[in-house]
Order: sequence, then structure tokens, then C-alpha cells
Amino acid sequence: MDLAFTQEEGAFRAEARSWLHAHVPSTPLPSLETEEGFAAHRAWEAELAADRWSVVDWPAAYGGRDCGLVRWLIFEEEYYAAAAPARVSQNGIHLLAPTLFAHGTEEQRARILPPMASGHTIWAQAWSEPAAGSDLASLTSRAVRTDGGWLLSGQKTWSSRAPFADRAFGLFRSEQHTAKPHQGLTYLMFDLRAPGVTVRPIARLDGKPAFAELFLDDVFVPDEDVIGEPGQGWHVAMSTAANERGLTLRSPGRFLAAADRLHQLWRTQGSPHAMRSRVADAVIGARAYQLFTYAAASRFLDGEPLGAEASLNKVFWSEYDIALHETALDLLGPEGELADTAWSEPYVFALAGPIYAGTNEIQRDIIAERLLGLPKGRR
Amino acid sequence: MRFLLDPEQHAFAASLNGLLTAADTPSVIRDWSRGDHSGGRALWSRIAEAGVFALAVPEEYDGLGARPVELAVAFVELGRYAVPGPLVETVAAAALFTEPALAKRFLPSLAAGGTMATLAPMDSQYALDGDAATTHLSLTPDGLRLAPGPATPARPSLDPARRLTPLLPGGELLSPTPPTEQALTWARLATAAQALGVGEALLDRTVAYVRQRTQFGVPIGSFQAVKHRLADTKIALEFARPLVFGAALTMSPADVAAAKVTACEAAYAAARTALQLHGAIGYTAECDLSLWLTKARALRGAWGSPDECRDVVLSARA
Repeated sequence: MDLAFTQEEGAFRAEARSWLHAHVPSTPLPSLETEEGFAAHRAWEAELAADRWSVVDWPAAYGGRDCGLVRWLIFEEEYYAAAAPARVSQNGIHLLAPTLFAHGTEEQRARILPPMASGHTIWAQAWSEPAAGSDLASLTSRAVRTDGGWLLSGQKTWSSRAPFADRAFGLFRSEQHTAKPHQGLTYLMFDLRAPGVTVRPIARLDGKPAFAELFLDDVFVPDEDVIGEPGQGWHVAMSTAANERGLTLRSPGRFLAAADRLHQLWRTQGSPHAMRSRVADAVIGARAYQLFTYAAASRFLDGEPLGAEASLNKVFWSEYDIALHETALDLLGPEGELADTAWSEPYVFALAGPIYAGTNEIQRDIIAERLLGLPKGRR
Repeated sequence: MRFLLDPEQHAFAASLNGLLTAADTPSVIRDWSRGDHSGGRALWSRIAEAGVFALAVPEEYDGLGARPVELAVAFVELGRYAVPGPLVETVAAAALFTEPALAKRFLPSLAAGGTMATLAPMDSQYALDGDAATTHLSLTPDGLRLAPGPATPARPSLDPARRLTPLLPGGELLSPTPPTEQALTWARLATAAQALGVGEALLDRTVAYVRQRTQFGVPIGSFQAVKHRLADTKIALEFARPLVFGAALTMSPADVAAAKVTACEAAYAAARTALQLHGAIGYTAECDLSLWLTKARALRGAWGSPDECRDVVLSARA
């Protein structure tokens, strides 16, 4: 058991730090949930990609450095410590790409991954439907077989990044009347500007169009944009879901940096005693999350798959994130109400954490049933 | 970086677990609470034979060298079985005996289990189980003293298996400048690990209970309200564990304080959940659950309150 990094890992950290120091914009980019900000964040992805920093853990053939999980963790620590921009390509690189690595064809990987890595193609997720949220398998959007592909119809919603993104991925019902609802689903990718697609942006709590409803009316998708076997979409998607909750969606670097900034804020506010415990808990929680992730990464490198443990992780970071930002707003006093401080948009973003990627109620059911062995019951 | 216990460390935990399972600790604990220390002393010897105290003692004094990770592994198991006695205090005492003359005099017997040491933490006048301990230490303004013994009467703790005794004043001055910071760090690490084991035992017992207890015709463990409390207990313990072992690796006072507050709060929350989900039976002294419930409360305050530990974490930051 040890927490020491090798000399080579130290050199990698130094290289990342020095690149970020030279390239991270000195003033924050506009919010990525605006048209202007989305474009600025897309350009930042291209800048990262030009020097192979956008997807460091991917194979070199697709724009990565093939650097492995430990260096990815190191990169993320440096990335957020440098206050680098939010990743507009996150849905693609953390949700779709792992699915393509696990279930895609070589042709799909070669066609889809490099433009994802460069920010040329930005991906939105299209999981939820108006009547299928936590009960995702009850979805009703259809994929109907046609010559050379599929015709998609139905409605998706809460599709994050969709107002400005290029393409989307999601599950569609390709077989009716199956014995169980999660059978007969197919995992498909489609163009958000294809004929038959209507994107209606939805304003988040702060009014920004962070997600959208998608109306699909006989949208043609060629066979080459099916991932895995038709009808096996649930199985294909669950590997993505584990990634979303698990190691890759929220790296410890993000929270270590946020806790550092919170501690600095507390100090600049005169270290108010009444806030001491909450600030300490944020600092301790970031360390706990880092070490928990190091342990998970070590198990993963030993060949153990990420399983229901990812649900522990998801509940922890999503609740931690809100507590940290609430502490920051409280520290700001009357200014905490303002919507244009460095803490306000991250606070609004954090509020969604316990809802997306499988609500925390669903995660607690998974923990209770799969990790603790409690009997299934009514939800 | 490989942040996992190695196979030898897992084997050490398993062997201690086997030893403690066979020891029927609930009856040992209940005897200890009544002032009958014989079973507790016999168990103490077996724990020493397994090498637990030697993990805080250098090799030249018959120890295994300072091995905080293995010590944490051991204390998780001691907590899991709610083993009574001044376990943490004996580890803290080992850390106080750094001067060669003191080390030579006290450590070989401590490692072998012949010394059951106790001392009062710096801010407390109470030493744990002074009536059972063989060596009583006082940290006074002029240094470390070998106290003449416990004063009477001992005061009861909320945990019946812990008795708090003031120590008699005076006694031989052992060292004018004992390494109190280091002793505190070892004591806090051991307490954190012990609390983690206490919390795990509370969770395991409660999971077993809600699987078999039926109401409305089904196990109460099938109800979402019950499941979610246990899921939260699991989350808190699983995020305390890496702090405990991370602290054992660095032994920095801030890391150890973070582990102490987090493990103790997770264990205490586990106790609250365990009590609630057991219902009235859990509120009885007769139910063995009480042996862990009351210990979780006691450990939370022992060797540094949650707020003291948080202060250490923040004070260490630039």
C-alpha cells in the first residue's frame, strides 16, 4: 500500500502543469450554457487537442496519450488546480467514448472519436423521456427498421448540451411487446440537425439553456450508427452508466481544487469561526474522495470491474458538491445572492447532481440491494 | 501509487478476526463492565501474541517496528468486536517511550502484552480503565510521570465497558519533554480505525436484523426508508476507510485528525441508524447491539472532539 507516484508520473504532472500554466485563459470563458460560451469552450477543446491534452487516457490513434488511469487522475488534478475551463465535450468523452471502446466497431471508433477529441463534434445525451426518468427502461421512443438503417420517432428530454451540440446518443425501442421493458432497446447515435429533429431548448433554474427537449419525427439513422447489436441497447448503455457514476465523470481533482478555493475564500473573509466546521468538512471530503478514487483505481488496475461501488461514489460527490457550494454562498453573505459571482453558476450546476446520472434515490436502492444484500421491494 | 492493502495485511486482518470471533467478546465485555477483568486480560494476551502492540514498538525493543498501516488494520478488527480495555492508550504510551532508557524499560513488556498502560489525554483528567491497567502515566506541565495509580472512585462512562479514572498526583518523572504530539497522532489513528470497525459491526448487525425482522408481512429491509438509511451508513463508512489508511501512510497530524473526525462521525451515525432500525430491542442493555452503540458515542469524543480535529485540519493548511 502506498501513495507515492513514480518519477515518470511526476514528470508527467510537471509537463501538464507547465502546459496548463501557459494556455489556460487568464479570464474565465463565458458560461458554456450560452451560444457564445459554447463556441469559446469548443475552441478551448481544440486548443487542448492540438497538444494532445483533451483525452490523455485514450489511445494515441484517436488523439490521446494512452497514459493510463493514474496519469489521467494526475492530469485532472492539475487541470482543475489551474482553474481551466469546464469541459463542453464531457458527455462525449466520458459517456459515449467508453461505450464505443467497449461495444463499438473499429470503423465507428476511427470515425467518431478523433472529431470528439478535437471538439469538432460535441455530443449531447438523450436518455430521459417525459414518462421515463428513473424508470428509464419504460422509454417509448421508437426505432423502426428501414432500408439501410432506422427511423427514430418520439420525444427525449433533459438532453444536456443539446441546444448547441452537434450530435446525440440514446436508447430507442426497436422491438415491441418484449417480456421485460429493458429488452428490445437499441443504442443509436443521431445528428441533431438531421431532417425530422426539432430541438427545443429548456431554461435551467438560472435561465440558461443547459438542456433541451428533442422531438424526433422519422429521423433516419444509418446502420453504421448503431452501437452493439440491435435489441441489446440496455446492456450497452449500462456500461456507460457505470462510467457516468463512477470513476470518470467527476475526478477528484475537481473537488480538491474547489475545496482549496473555498478555503481561500474563508481566509479572505477573515476566517469566520462560525463557518470553520463546514470549511473543514469540505477540505476533508475532497481528500476522502481523492483517496477513495485512488483505491478504486488501484482495484481497477488489478482487473476488478467497477460495479455497484460506483453508486457510493455518485451519491457522495453529488451531495458533497452541493454542500461545498452552499458553504461558499453562505461565506459570501449578502453577496451570496448575486448570480454573477464565481460561485453562483457552479452552485446552480451542483444542484442538478443528485438528479442526473441516476437519481440518488436509485443509487441508494442499488447500494442497499447489491452491496448490502437487502431484499428488493417496491420503490 | 497502489492504494490497497496487500495480501499479508488482509491475512493479518483475517487471523485477528478469527481470534476475536472465537473469543466470544460480548461476554468478555459484560464481565469487564462489571469489574471482572480476567477474560479481558486473557484476550489482551492473545491480542499481544498476535503482534498488535508490537506494531507500535521498534524492533530493538522486541517490536515489529512502527507499522501504522498494520496497526490500523488491527484496530479496525478490535473495534469490530468491541474489545474492551485501554488499547488506544497502550499504543499512545508506546509512542511516548522514545528515549532509550524508557524504551528499554517499558517497551518489551508492552509489546509482549505484559503491560496494560493507560494515560489521560492532555486535556482530560480521566484515564481509561485505570482500575485494570498495570501502568499509569500522567502528562503534567513538567513532563511525563509514572503515576502512583488510579484515584478512586472511577466514574462510569456512557459506554459501560469503559471506566474513567482520575490518576493519583505525583510519581516518578520519566521525561521532562515527552513526544506528546506523536503520541496523540498514534492515539487518534488507533481511535479512528477502532471507530471504523465499530461502525462496520453496527452496519453488519443492522443489515442482518432488517433482513429477518418482518412487519406488514415482509422483511423491513425491503422498505425504501430503511434501505436508504443503511445506504447512507455504508457510504459514510466507505469514505472514512480511505482516510484512515491514507493517514496511516502519511502519519501527518492533519491527515490523522481528518480520519479521526470522519471515522468517528461515520460510526456514530451508524449507531443512530442501528438504534432506529432495531427499534425498542436496540434500546435495551440486554441486546448485544448496545456494546457497539455506546462505544461509538465514547470514541467520538475520545482523543479529540470532532471540532478539535477539524481545527487541526484547517490549521495545517497554508
